[in-house]
Amino acid sequence: MLRMPKFKVLNPATVAEAVDAIQQVEGSRFIAGGTDINPNLKHRLLEPECLVALNGVEEIFGISQTEFGLRIGAMESLTNVETNTLIQQLAPGLASASRQVSGPQLRNMGTIGGNVMLDTRCKWYNQTYFWRKSLGFCLKKDGDVCHVIKGGSKCVAAASNDTAAALSTLQAELEFANAQGSTRIAIDKLWQADGIWNKKVGPHDLLVAIHLPAALLNQKGSYKKLRDRNSIDFPLLGIAARLKISDNIVDDCALCVVALQARPWPLDKASALLIGTTVGSDAFNEALKACCAIAAKQCRPMPNIPGDHAYRHAMVPVFIRRAILSCLD
Amino acid sequence: MAARDKHGPDAPWGDGFKVIGKPNRKVDALAKATGEAIYTDDISLPNMLHSKTLRSPHAHAKILSIDTSKAEALEGVYAVLVGSELPIKYGVIPWTPDENVLATDKVRFIGDEVAAVAAIDEDTAIEACELIEVEYELLETIVTAEQALVTPEPPIHDDRKKRNNISKHVELEFGDVDAQVDDADLVVENDYYFHSTTHTAIEPHCAVATFGNDGRLTLWSSTQITHYVHRALSRVLEMDPAKIRVIQPNVGGGFGGKSDPFALEFITAMLSKKSGRPVKMLWTREEVFYAHRGRHSMQMHYRTTAKSDGTITSVDAKLLIDGGAYSSFGLVTTYYSGQLLTGPYAFPNYRFDSTRVFTNRPPCGPKRGHGSVQPRFAFEVQLDEVATKLDIDPIEIRRKNFLGENTTTINGQRITSNGFLECLDAVEEASDWKSKHRKMRYGTGIGVAGSMYISGTNYPVYPNKMPQAGVQLKVDRSGLVTVFTGGNDIGQGSNSMVAYCVAEEMGINPDSIKVVAADTDLCPVDLGAYSSRVTFMVGNAAIDAARKMRNKIVEAVAEHWKVEKESVRIIDGTVYNLDNDEETLSQREAFHVTEEKFDTLGSTGSYNTPTLGGDYRGGTIGSSPAYSFTSHVAEVDIDTETGEIEVKKIWVAHDCGRALNPILVKGQIEGSTYMGAAEVSLENYEMNRFSLHAGPSLLDYRIPTTLDTAEIEALIVESIDPEGPYGAKEAGEGPLHSAIPAVANAIYDAVGIRLRELPFTPAKVLAALKEKDEVTADA
Repeated sequence: MLRMPKFKVLNPATVAEAVDAIQQVEGSRFIAGGTDINPNLKHRLLEPECLVALNGVEEIFGISQTEFGLRIGAMESLTNVETNTLIQQLAPGLASASRQVSGPQLRNMGTIGGNVMLDTRCKWYNQTYFWRKSLGFCLKKDGDVCHVIKGGSKCVAAASNDTAAALSTLQAELEFANAQGSTRIAIDKLWQADGIWNKKVGPHDLLVAIHLPAALLNQKGSYKKLRDRNSIDFPLLGIAARLKISDNIVDDCALCVVALQARPWPLDKASALLIGTTVGSDAFNEALKACCAIAAKQCRPMPNIPGDHAYRHAMVPVFIRRAILSCLD
Repeated sequence: MAARDKHGPDAPWGDGFKVIGKPNRKVDALAKATGEAIYTDDISLPNMLHSKTLRSPHAHAKILSIDTSKAEALEGVYAVLVGSELPIKYGVIPWTPDENVLATDKVRFIGDEVAAVAAIDEDTAIEACELIEVEYELLETIVTAEQALVTPEPPIHDDRKKRNNISKHVELEFGDVDAQVDDADLVVENDYYFHSTTHTAIEPHCAVATFGNDGRLTLWSSTQITHYVHRALSRVLEMDPAKIRVIQPNVGGGFGGKSDPFALEFITAMLSKKSGRPVKMLWTREEVFYAHRGRHSMQMHYRTTAKSDGTITSVDAKLLIDGGAYSSFGLVTTYYSGQLLTGPYAFPNYRFDSTRVFTNRPPCGPKRGHGSVQPRFAFEVQLDEVATKLDIDPIEIRRKNFLGENTTTINGQRITSNGFLECLDAVEEASDWKSKHRKMRYGTGIGVAGSMYISGTNYPVYPNKMPQAGVQLKVDRSGLVTVFTGGNDIGQGSNSMVAYCVAEEMGINPDSIKVVAADTDLCPVDLGAYSSRVTFMVGNAAIDAARKMRNKIVEAVAEHWKVEKESVRIIDGTVYNLDNDEETLSQREAFHVTEEKFDTLGSTGSYNTPTLGGDYRGGTIGSSPAYSFTSHVAEVDIDTETGEIEVKKIWVAHDCGRALNPILVKGQIEGSTYMGAAEVSLENYEMNRFSLHAGPSLLDYRIPTTLDTAEIEALIVESIDPEGPYGAKEAGEGPLHSAIPAVANAIYDAVGIRLRELPFTPAKVLAALKEKDEVTADA
């Protein structure tokens, strides 16, 4: 078995204690469900001296309706999110994405917050210390070369967080806390196109809760995921869709793709084409075709995760169409 | 010689089987279900040290120097080992000893073993390995088999007589193959490719060694071959084998991946000798991937000629086999790649030309269906093409070319029982073949394939005239019967099989039998769990020993009751006098009566194969005392937009001779089929451009979960082999083979594309569909 490195664990009981604890030792990291960070620790991708465990922080649990809309505590397990009747009813695309993260055991441990904050993934990075050392360390950890793009100077590890795509279509707002206080960031503003760290907040910013605005709830939603084993794998491509349909007319539509590049990518140009069309009409069908074609043009998958990236690209229009059509089921 | 006696396939007491053929519980089922069973890593001895290996980061390099001084100086380090301390080479095949415990002069793949450390704990051992300084001189890396073929320099093994990278070449021709081409009504010729895959047994390799003060070595190892490990230890450590004890605890799966002696077995022994403490080594999953010995990738060219009625007139094969960095079983693999294709169909003329080469990648070896799964895939797909081109039903063409029973193959292999036609009948009926084949909607389809496999081989890994399998029985005054067997139970249930045979033969209950297995100090030699030999050979040896004991018991009790021996009957542990209903003895009382007459009770049994094989060089490799036969039908649903293949259901019929325990046989059939189907589109032992394994983990090496697995319906066919134990043959490897071509042939039925290169990724499916559409459009 791969050995776990040695580290200290702090167990705060409140958000205030947690954001204080994370500052006590430099390079500390939060640990929620541990399903992402534990293998990464074993692979020596992270070498923190201290982990701040969040499972005792009551404030960051809970799923409830609020004035704003729906609040999901970041520590809620993916199983809780996928099976919660409020979420199933109000945000079906999120329930669908949560259900497709990994396998049941890992969803019992893994949290929605952890999935949003998931480290980017790359086939040249998510490997053991020995493996990476044999190859020559890469940009993302310990080295200065990119094995994905020859001569590349920017890391292109793939955002692999299924739920982030669904949350993007729902225009989720993310509530973070740090020693300076609390902030809220729209999920689409969170990302930066840098595989080394693809978020504009730092590792010491604690994701407290996810807020879904009421106006976008109770609409159609779906998530379509390409992976080798439908039972367990990370996405090779993920497409989230949200559709608002009134009197059979598409009132609103949002699409977001993950697992191609360093950040989840909202496909606004593509989704806009569907708005105003009548479901099932020729105009809708034409718009759907154009939507898929534009999306495919917009997406540039890299050979960063296992599998054939040309194939992943070819699947973009197929999965977009399937995601949209599955909203209409 | 008793070992060659035929016991006959019938029930020993003449009134039907009492134990055999019943779904008895495995002897170790409860211990395994409750977690009580001890595996090698569960062993912890007082003062035990933990060891780790320093591995090569280079695919091909000379070692210029190794400096271990910093590692030795680290607190908590007790011993460091380098290759020069154990210079004697070994290899499971005695003709090709090309492995060193640790590299002496050069490294041959990324992950090759260079040095080892024993320390107070694993973390210290890992830290010490990092402190070992190795100076390398890089050599050209041989990445592919084609490159190896045309690149003699630098040879990966430069101490062989021939300076090249050819591991083994075999060319054999039976009949006149080329002469058939002109007379044939149909010639089908194509290239095929089978990728490399690995075993992924759930238990990683582990060894614990301890040297006693008396100079005796005890090694516990998760091995399939205690006897060969015993011999290799003696050779490399230059020790008297009588002072070495090898014990195999419970093993969490082998599938061929634990059939070689491995470096950790020697390393722990030597580090224990140096440190004076017991030493354990447990490999990580990554290390197991580097140890590999998995399925060889093969580039195959086949040409089949046939008459218009579907009769095969010749088969010609040329194979290029990527062996990786060491020989392992490669000599046998090269022969098996040709020798095992000559059934279940009659080949009037056959030729194969197989070349195994060395490359700088982890060594390949035997994986379930050793050497014959790849050619079977290619040929069964080609046979399907022949059937299509001649407009013959694919099942009919297989019937048409049936080899028959009690016959000899073109390459001189003796065939006894053969239930292949019954296998075809069974899958045809169960799958509702006639109403489905060529009749299903576009995108869905059904395909068939057949195969055969050995039940052990008459070629022992090292030539000797001693029995291949031995069993000893100790009959105790308590009523307990202890069976000592060298057979390796690796989860397949061989210990249970031994208990069933002894129980049946003696008329007692399996619960009153204890099996002690795979401990070289206690158990008579068995050659190990490979080549599907255990049921056939150890089963016969067990019957042999038990029959001798039964005869003693019957004789003693008959004398005690003053009746004829024919009047004594043992049923479920009670001895009855058939002449007198009132007179019975318990098993224990009967043992006492027998011990009074014969003194301390024990018996031995053994098995050896009859003389088999063709009269030519290599003619005995692949000859078996009995062959199993299999047929698969697979039904698939292709998503023509994504190229994804969903295997909906597989029907598999397997001729196992007689099912000694139908539950265990079905488990083997299902497990084999699962493993084969997994190789179609998921599992891929893939190297990246640096000649490094692309993803040595259970996340990136995609073994299917239950949710990714087709429904499997296992059907048992019993041909009752005249020489098998109660008529049994193997069931552990044969039922893998034809799963793969059955899926390939089903894909053709579904969407009309012939996929000839494994693995069948969705991208390949889409490319083939596109190509077909273009051809159709052009036409």
